[in-house]
Amino acid sequence: MLPEGTDAPDFELRSTAERGTTRLTEFRGRPVVVVFYPGDFSPVCTDQLTLYNELLPEFERYDAQLLGISVDSLWSHLAFARDRKLRFPLLADFHPKGAVSKQYGVYDEDKGISERALYVIDRDGKISWSYLSPRDVNPGADGILEALEALGRPADAKASSRS
Amino acid sequence: MSSRDHTLGPEDAPVTLVEYGDYQCPYCGMAYPIVNAVREEMGDDLRFVFRHFPITTIHPYAEGAAEAAEAAGAQGEFWEMHDWLFEHQDSLAPNDLVEAAGVLDLDVDRFVADLAQHHFAPRVREDFMSGVRSGVNGTPTLFINGLRHDGEWDEDSLLAALRQAAGVRA
Repeated sequence: MLPEGTDAPDFELRSTAERGTTRLTEFRGRPVVVVFYPGDFSPVCTDQLTLYNELLPEFERYDAQLLGISVDSLWSHLAFARDRKLRFPLLADFHPKGAVSKQYGVYDEDKGISERALYVIDRDGKISWSYLSPRDVNPGADGILEALEALGRPADAKASSRS
Repeated sequence: MSSRDHTLGPEDAPVTLVEYGDYQCPYCGMAYPIVNAVREEMGDDLRFVFRHFPITTIHPYAEGAAEAAEAAGAQGEFWEMHDWLFEHQDSLAPNDLVEAAGVLDLDVDRFVADLAQHHFAPRVREDFMSGVRSGVNGTPTLFINGLRHDGEWDEDSLLAALRQAAGVRA
């Protein structure tokens, strides 16, 4: 995985966002939580992404943007997002397959899918935290919230940039 | 563990099983008879704690059901309502909850007022966030003596894990 402190490689992928694509640099100035996951429609009702969806108000307190990325096609993403009522974009790392996952060091060549991995990117576009989860273990959200806390609240950030 | 928790079983039991659950989640519904069975098997060696983890975006009645359990709890009937909810997972709409309050012989006016004013919403949210902070990743999530149980939770597997925890502690 990419080490903390390095620039997060920019990417632009087709996505479930209204404009049809999502680019990382759109969110410069805000923390971004990037969630790589193996595939849409895991066979449990409250899976990882559903949990994060439920936690969007918490992420919003940090002004953070959540993005989900897997190698599924946009059509699969749209169906999955509708089924789980997801209110954040899912990005299709579909063509060339897994290119962004590879850039971030979280692509499983054998299986042809993304690992279950988390990145928190700070307001300046640098990696501030990352976590690689065993594929069949849902990592929960406690690590993400701690990483966002470490970046400070929006008000704190403004105060520190003024000083 | 704190005094605000809803618990069953002796306080000094060697094993504490905490469930973070959602009354509308079918997997929690599947876990319900299993938890009852292992409580029976473990007897005084087990204390059981239930905390709310409603996933409201996919389970529209989960929050109301959790608040209903708390509202019943305020009248001393938390576990009675808890059982009713898991035994009627397909009827958790507001009118169903009011009916349940009647069946359980609660003060229905007070119960309805508590639900209408979301009197126990902050309490449910506290449970939810305590779960998020402890690594709850879906429902049900079980903790055995403070450690997340990532293994299977069919009756045999759960009982084995609980007995092992009892042995370690003893």
